Amino acid sequence: MIKNEYIPFRSEIKEVIRHTAIEYTFRMEYTGDVKPGQFFEVSIPKYGEAPISVSGIGDGCIDLTIRRVGKVTNEVFEQYEGDTLLLRGPYGNGFDLENYKDKELVIVAGGTGVSPVRGVIDYFARNPGAAKSVTVIAGFKTPDDILFRRDLKLWEENLNLILTVDSREGDKSYREGLVTAYIPDLEFGNMDDACAIVVGPPAMMRFSTMALMDRGLKEEQIWISQERKMCCGLGKCGHCKINDVYVCLDGPVFNFTKGRQLLD
Amino acid sequence: MGYCYKTQDLQQVFSALTETYDLYAPRLFPNKGAFSDTDLVRYDRITSPEEIVLDRKSRFSPKEVLLPISQTLFYFTEDKVTEPNPPKKDAVIFLRSCDLHAIRRLDYMYLENGPEDSYYRQLRDHVKFALLGCSSCFDSCFCVDMGTNKNTDYDFSLDLTGDTWKIDVKWQEQEELFRKYAVSQETVSPAFVTETKTRVHIPENLTAKAAKSSVWKEYDSRCINCGRCNFSCPTCTCFTMQDLFYTDNGKVGERRRVWASCMVDGYTDVAGGGSYRKTNGERMRFKVMHKALDFKQRAGYQMCVGCGRCDDVCPEYISFSHCLNRLSDAMKEVEDL
Repeated sequence: MIKNEYIPFRSEIKEVIRHTAIEYTFRMEYTGDVKPGQFFEVSIPKYGEAPISVSGIGDGCIDLTIRRVGKVTNEVFEQYEGDTLLLRGPYGNGFDLENYKDKELVIVAGGTGVSPVRGVIDYFARNPGAAKSVTVIAGFKTPDDILFRRDLKLWEENLNLILTVDSREGDKSYREGLVTAYIPDLEFGNMDDACAIVVGPPAMMRFSTMALMDRGLKEEQIWISQERKMCCGLGKCGHCKINDVYVCLDGPVFNFTKGRQLLD
Repeated sequence: MGYCYKTQDLQQVFSALTETYDLYAPRLFPNKGAFSDTDLVRYDRITSPEEIVLDRKSRFSPKEVLLPISQTLFYFTEDKVTEPNPPKKDAVIFLRSCDLHAIRRLDYMYLENGPEDSYYRQLRDHVKFALLGCSSCFDSCFCVDMGTNKNTDYDFSLDLTGDTWKIDVKWQEQEELFRKYAVSQETVSPAFVTETKTRVHIPENLTAKAAKSSVWKEYDSRCINCGRCNFSCPTCTCFTMQDLFYTDNGKVGERRRVWASCMVDGYTDVAGGGSYRKTNGERMRFKVMHKALDFKQRAGYQMCVGCGRCDDVCPEYISFSHCLNRLSDAMKEVEDL
């Protein structure tokens, strides 16, 4: 009997962390192998499934940072600690930390794009010295949209965090500007050791990767993570196909040598 | 071994088979066509050889036997999830060479691309294939150029010559049944065509660069993204998941998958309003490049089997085969980019 991959399992919500009015992290009960950048299909019967990337990995739990923007996620927001969600996964390749160890790593992330790389950032923040240097450029629309505030202190202490907002709405304590504005000033000791991860909305990824390549990074030194509609996560439903790849199987993380050629 | 039958003899074989098998074949539905006073030929259960339509192409492919248009994955009943029962009978599908080649494409997607799909596997393991010989081609067929005009991967074949049915049997378990009612024995090999009226040439040098050609723009206005091409295609396999709850009891429902079309709005929509490929030209390009290049890069062989159904059903008279023939020009156009 072959395993039925479509049957979800029930997972208890251990904690709900409210970042913004529409973005919460749900800490879910989960034991098993999982990598940052992988995703789960999260569902509530009646409302359907939605692919959500793993934003954190803990002991017996995973974090799913969910934005209230669709049919399923609206309903997820009605669930609280002690309630359950249906999950299946993890799916996708995720980030391979080995690619970034002993390197000068730059992570450029925008908005909810921070979620899939949070596991990577967290690893290097907790293991200072694992990489030669780590710079995180995280951009959000306004100060109210900033995610993972609880983590910022740890990140600031252990890596070079550049937090920026598109509009600071009068709050002078924030940097204002697009993430791309900080790329020209990045300092690299040895370009051979440089590497970068870029995750965010399509336009932000396009301009950030261009700016990084202007700085001398080669395609093979850059990784991106793609967001697509994924109904099955199993390489069957076809919605996430781009060129000859299925984002759910071959991605969502792509080295830019491949990622650059993908045209929807 | 090959056998010959008159219709009444073959009926005996069919009657015996229907005890354990559902027989699916192209069947005539008078006045059920898309336009008034037109007929529809599509797959359905049959019980006699005379019901099989041999002189017309079926509008839809046999894929719906293995990939139901709407397939329940499981039922929700409060805390429980229950899988539906498999079909009670196994199936025999009567299909032409191109469609049998298309089954190989379905196998690739559902059994090899990622983990095995248990629903597909369950049906696939209980299906036998009866190859319908092609003594001539239809106007829009281009199987020869796609290399799908011949097929030996059948359990038995079926050809009608005059009033004699000729069958080549490879299905050992049922050999006795076929022998029992045969009028005579002879070596039979199913008919196949060696040339088609529609010709197609996919350039050897085709690469993803063809996406940058201006060819696709034309389809922005011609195509109305109805998705008929996808639904009639024997190799299109996409689906969308749906949750459905019963109105009489809101605590009970089902999760199912239904056919999806890459031409239709909503196919790439992500939560929050994002979507990719907004124009019909981009969607046409995505579909054509999948059929003529992307699939081949993954699986090693072409996806399109040249059945020509997409050309038959398009309400805008867009020809997929013609589009394939424009790929050489498209490559020339983007050569220097």
